[in-house]
Amino acid sequence: MDLSFTADDIAFRDEVRTWLRENVPAEPLPSLETERGFAAHREWERTLHAAGLSVVSWPVEFGGRNASLVRWLLFEEEYYAAGAPGRVGQNGIFLLAPTMFEHGTPEQQRRLLPRMASGEDVWAQAWSEPEAGSDLAGIRSRARRVPGGWRLSGQKTWSSRAAFADRAFGLFRSDPDAQRHRGLTYYLFPLDAEGVTVRPIGRLDGKPAFAEIFLDEVFVPDADVLGEVGAGWRVAMSTAGSERGLSLRSPGRFLAAARRLVESWNARGGDPAVRDRVVDAWIGAQAYRLATFETVTKVLDGASIGPEASLNKVFWSELDINLHETALELLGPEAELAADSPAAPDGGIWADGYLFSLAGPIYAGTNEIQRNVIAERVLGLPREPR
Amino acid sequence: MKFARTTGQLDMAEALRALLDSSGGAAVARSWADGDQEPWRRVWDRLGEMGLCGVAVPHRHGGLELDSVELALCLEELGYAGLPGPCLESIAVVPALLADTDAEQDWLPALAAGRAVATAAFTEHVPRALDADAAAVLFRCDGDSAAVARRPDGAPERSIDPTRRLWKLDSGGTTIAGARVAAAFDVGVLGCAAQSLGVARRLLDTSVRYVGERHQFGRPVGGFQAVKHHVANVALKIEFARPLLYGACLSLDSGAEHAPRDVSAAKLAAAEAAHFASRTALQVHGAIGYTAENDLQLWLTKATALRSAWGTAAWHRRRVADALADGCTAPIGS
Ligand SMILES: Cc1cc2nc3c(=O)[nH]c(=O)nc-3n(C[C@H](O)[C@H](O)[C@H](O)COP(=O)(O)OP(=O)(O)OC[C@H]3O[C@@H](n4cnc5c(N)ncnc54)[C@H](O)[C@@H]3O)c2cc1C
Repeated sequence: MDLSFTADDIAFRDEVRTWLRENVPAEPLPSLETERGFAAHREWERTLHAAGLSVVSWPVEFGGRNASLVRWLLFEEEYYAAGAPGRVGQNGIFLLAPTMFEHGTPEQQRRLLPRMASGEDVWAQAWSEPEAGSDLAGIRSRARRVPGGWRLSGQKTWSSRAAFADRAFGLFRSDPDAQRHRGLTYYLFPLDAEGVTVRPIGRLDGKPAFAEIFLDEVFVPDADVLGEVGAGWRVAMSTAGSERGLSLRSPGRFLAAARRLVESWNARGGDPAVRDRVVDAWIGAQAYRLATFETVTKVLDGASIGPEASLNKVFWSELDINLHETALELLGPEAELAADSPAAPDGGIWADGYLFSLAGPIYAGTNEIQRNVIAERVLGLPREPR
Repeated sequence: MKFARTTGQLDMAEALRALLDSSGGAAVARSWADGDQEPWRRVWDRLGEMGLCGVAVPHRHGGLELDSVELALCLEELGYAGLPGPCLESIAVVPALLADTDAEQDWLPALAAGRAVATAAFTEHVPRALDADAAAVLFRCDGDSAAVARRPDGAPERSIDPTRRLWKLDSGGTTIAGARVAAAFDVGVLGCAAQSLGVARRLLDTSVRYVGERHQFGRPVGGFQAVKHHVANVALKIEFARPLLYGACLSLDSGAEHAPRDVSAAKLAAAEAAHFASRTALQVHGAIGYTAENDLQLWLTKATALRSAWGTAAWHRRRVADALADGCTAPIGS
């Protein structure tokens, strides 16, 4: 058991650190959930990509560096520690790409991954529907077979950043007679295709990038079916694993938030009233980091991550809320100032982060659903009626 | 970077688990609580034969001289098995206390072989020595000095855990030059965390088994979501306490300056996991769990006892806080 890194790993980390120090914008970019911020973040993705740092863990041929999981984690730690901009390409890079490596055809990979890596294509996830949230297998949006492809119709909702994104990946019912998990297929489609209407929905924090997507006989060629027809559920579970597991939420951002929290606490004289909460939140971030290294070790030894990803998801989402609630408590009356208010403490980072953290127990599968998965599939308790 | 227990380490844990499983389990704890030490001695002899009593003792005294990871792994299993007695003190604390002193030759060979057990008190956080009546030698640590203590007279205090007898030791006795009191205390904290984690895991396993078998309303109660979520929460606490424990082991072994901070973090998380697991286990067992007849009580009360032993949560939090306030924010395990 050891936590030491090779000289090459450290050299990589140092390179990343130096590059970030020289290139991270001094002024924070506007929120990526706004049109202007979205464009600025896309530009940042381009800059990252030019430095070979947008997708370090991917194969070189698609714009990556073939970095090991360990290096990827080191990259993430450096990235967030440097206060670098949020990743506008995250749905594609962290959710769709791992699924595409597993289920995509070589042609799809060649065609789509490099554009994703450079920020040319920003992807949205089109899974949820008004009537199908937790019960994802209850989706109704349909795919109808036509020569050379499919026609998609229906309504998707709660799609993060879809208001400004270029393409989307989603599940549709391709066999109207099949029930539930069967008869679903995973499709990739452009958000500016004929028949697509995107309607923004303001978020709790007032940002407009959230959206619902209406599809009216949208044509998708066979080449844009991901995985086999009818096997959409299995493909989707690969994406969901990435969303709950370490891919979407590596420890870097929580470590950075924990460090900022400790700094804010120290800067305010080590306020004894919040001391215990600060300690617990800091320890929580450390626990998450160590647990991730444990998972990575197991993956490198050939294990695959199964339902344990649900433990991860509940933990990081609650940790994120703890970190931010603690910070707000620390800020006292200043805590209510909105992120964009000129007097907002610490540049508004806590107010913004708090509102965002509140969504953590809901998206990526609610924590109630994750607890069901833990109880049934990790601990082996009897299954829910479904 | 390989932050997971190796096959060799897991095999060691499994061998220990098998031995403890076949040694009488809860019956050993019950006889110990009743004052009959014989069944416990038989288990201890077998542990000695396996070498486990000397896991942290140097080769030159007949020990295995393994790292903190193995030490923690063993103590975790002892906690899982609910083995009573001054195990932590004999296996972990006293070897650390006596390391490189003139007294080590006197005691470590016998401790490593399982021929003797030792116990220790630390005035501030371990005010009474556990099971002094069963120990061949007692140590009393006060500030940064340690001494071999006289055998106490009178009766012990009873712990909430019926298997723990707690003895006040008099001051005086032969001082041990060069004893490593602070290091031994931290090893005790780490070992207590490991035992607590074992207790937590045992409570979880017992709960999962019980709710899978117990039927109400025509279904196993484990099929009800309220019950499922209770046990899922226990699994969460355990899952994220364990890496802190093993991270602290690495800090301790590398002699990192922040090792005390890290063992405190491990103790906080493991004690919280055990406490939460005990509360949940009782709740999901219903009234049967509230009886002395049910073996659950053995782990339930141990979780409570270990929570305040080797430093309270408040004290350990303060220790972590002081380190963070001093700018000591290096990652745990580095
Ligand atoms: C900020 C944010 C971003 C999102 N981004 C996306 C996105 O990009 N793409 C996308 O497709 N979706 C996205 N979502 C949607 C998200 O995946 C869903 O909100 C989520 O799956 C829950 O579905 P729901 O909102 O319909 O809640 P419901 O399923 O209606 O649940 C309501 C409540 O009931 C509980 N509940 C439901 N079923 C059970 C059960 N069986 N047992 C116990 N409790 C249950 C839930 O836990 C919840 O508390 C996003 C959501 C948020 C908040």
